[in-house]
Amino acid sequence: MADATYTQGRVATADRGRLWVVLYLATTGLVLLLMMLAGLWMRLAQSGWLYTDPALFYELMTVHGTGMVGIAALGGAAVLWHFLSAYVRLNAWVMGANFALFLIGVVAILVAEFIGGFGGGWTFLYPLPAISQDVWPAWAAAMHMGGLLVIGVGFLIWCLELARAIIATYGGLGRGLGWHVLFRGSTQNVPPPTVVAATMVTIVTTLALIAGAAVLVMSLVNLAFPAVEINPLLAKNLIYFFGHTFINATIYMGVAVVYELLPRITGRPWKTSKVFLAAWTLSTTMVLIIFPHHLMMDFAMPIWAMVIGQIFSYVNSFPVLIVTGLGALAILHRSGIRWDMVSTLLLTSVFGWMAGVIPAVIDATVVVNSVMHNTLWVPGHFHFYLLLGLLPMIFAFMIYLARDEDVTPRGGDLMAILYLAFGLTFVTMFLVGGWASVPRRWAEHLPEWQIWDQIAVIMASGVITLATIFVAMFLVRMPAMLRAR
Amino acid sequence: MSIQTVCALLTLVAILALSAVVLRVRILAQEGHDYAPVQGNAYRIRAIGFWILVLVGLPISIWLFRENPYTVQATAPQVINATGYQWYWDLDRSEVAAGAPVEFRVTSADVNHGFGIYDPTGELVAQTQAMPGYINRLTHVFETPGNYQVLCLEYCGLVHHAMITEIVVTEGTTNG
Ligand code: HEM
Ligand SMILES: [Cu+2]
Ligand SMILES: [Cu+2]
Repeated sequence: MADATYTQGRVATADRGRLWVVLYLATTGLVLLLMMLAGLWMRLAQSGWLYTDPALFYELMTVHGTGMVGIAALGGAAVLWHFLSAYVRLNAWVMGANFALFLIGVVAILVAEFIGGFGGGWTFLYPLPAISQDVWPAWAAAMHMGGLLVIGVGFLIWCLELARAIIATYGGLGRGLGWHVLFRGSTQNVPPPTVVAATMVTIVTTLALIAGAAVLVMSLVNLAFPAVEINPLLAKNLIYFFGHTFINATIYMGVAVVYELLPRITGRPWKTSKVFLAAWTLSTTMVLIIFPHHLMMDFAMPIWAMVIGQIFSYVNSFPVLIVTGLGALAILHRSGIRWDMVSTLLLTSVFGWMAGVIPAVIDATVVVNSVMHNTLWVPGHFHFYLLLGLLPMIFAFMIYLARDEDVTPRGGDLMAILYLAFGLTFVTMFLVGGWASVPRRWAEHLPEWQIWDQIAVIMASGVITLATIFVAMFLVRMPAMLRAR
Repeated sequence: MSIQTVCALLTLVAILALSAVVLRVRILAQEGHDYAPVQGNAYRIRAIGFWILVLVGLPISIWLFRENPYTVQATAPQVINATGYQWYWDLDRSEVAAGAPVEFRVTSADVNHGFGIYDPTGELVAQTQAMPGYINRLTHVFETPGNYQVLCLEYCGLVHHAMITEIVVTEGTTNG
């Protein structure tokens, strides 16, 4: 089976974008906490414990969705950049440019939402931004979508820089995915796991951003000239291709911390085997083609697209479950390590990712989708893998940097366990809501649904407390980290 | 058992099984061991997992697809034309008979809405999207009479959560 092997060599990373990585993480942490508070507010509103005007609820929902997707990408980008820097030569100014565009976009979006009253949802589903019955003005919709466009351009530049650097070092994106090893049996220049992940991420994110930019521009034109209409089904396809792919890619960015740190913590190498490469090539294609699982209730879609949406969504879980997930568990199994905060967060992230896949695959089955689509089952699945998969990766990375990149076990891991406990119960309440047919994105809930919302409020408070501690552990060490550059 | 309950139980069992594995790794990680045998085991488990996913899961996934709402076509169904507006449903008829197929022809006059049919116990039983410019045909047979609610299942703006209407399902057969 596995023949080509890469053994972890380099350790301390000569990361030339270090300043930016730290700023990305600080921004990620702060925005994350604010967005979590917005999420808590929504749960409070739904639980009936805090009256909230629906207009405000939907503004919060739009800000929370957009902001969380934004920082998922920002935090993921920090992780990936840092570890990729050990293998390819990246230009630090790109991190700065992306950061500047990100901040401009954030300001635009905040103005659009809280001054303009925009509440079109993070998916800005055409033609809702333009047709709100005057709940928000056209300028607010334009400002929100313009802000998204600016952020998208930033990430596009960022992705192209990764692609450039990978091509310069490995001779092509195909080689970054290890195709010369996979298909031609070469043992030369085998890309390490982080490079493989980075190649996948640049490919899929670039394509996602191009589609996203296209539909944003079309929507902006439509706002300015309402006579120029878009086919709503086309717009929906573009939006979900963009949205699905972009948010999915963030966890494939974050996983670099698992690939890099577990071998160092356990002293066991993470091999680039042929199976590993095949899995990543599979993920690259699957992530791009399975987005129709968001359109299963659009009966106007061609049936073959629905078949792809169902069958390949299922197949897409293989690489996560049996290659990355199982691989991480194998590295840890009987490794003789002592658990500490970083390693427990990494274990949590592997669990959260693998487990979060399960409700997603189930919902991507048409029979199920007919009675689960757009219920709370959906936020249940994606909060599962973002809150318990992606975030623990980012927290582990923050703490790792705060500890001067030293992975020697230190202190206990009680807080990581509490985070898992609160987080797990929190996402379970979404899933239970889905089981009880509660629609998603409802500002007000029926009394019989509110017991789940109330439990979720308590659990969310716990999650936020612990997230605050993790972020604070990073922020207090920030001055020292910047000085030590 | 409803589809929802089956799915919830399936999810529960799968996640509990995964938790057991993760917990075992967590507990046994403290004792040191050579990697080679652990890795050998992992490769074996991976191979077994792969073949289970392919040989058991894939046929199930394909088999389940035959249950899809796209190709269902009833002869002489009771027809309801439904149009979504911000923020109400316009139905050309709101009473149908149980036991015989109903065809909903669903569209929207403005933005996307979602046409979700809830049974008298509050369980979602079928849905389709209401998209401007398209008519989605959803065929459903109501087995039990009663008052069914239609809830909006696609975010459509300020009053999305109050976009509700009712369909009365009566005993016996009426003409379509
Ligand atoms: C304490 C943590 C969190 C709380 C309390 C929270 C709460 C919520 C609530 C109440 C909703 C709306 C659910 C509905 O449809 O009725 C929501 C939606 C959402 N959340 Fe979270 N959330 C949290 C963490 C996160 C994280 C970490 C992410 C991503 C990294 C995230 C991403 C999203 C997205 C993308 C949506 C969809 C928004 C939409 O439907 O337009 N959330 N969240
Ligand atoms: Cu609606
Ligand atoms: Cu709606």
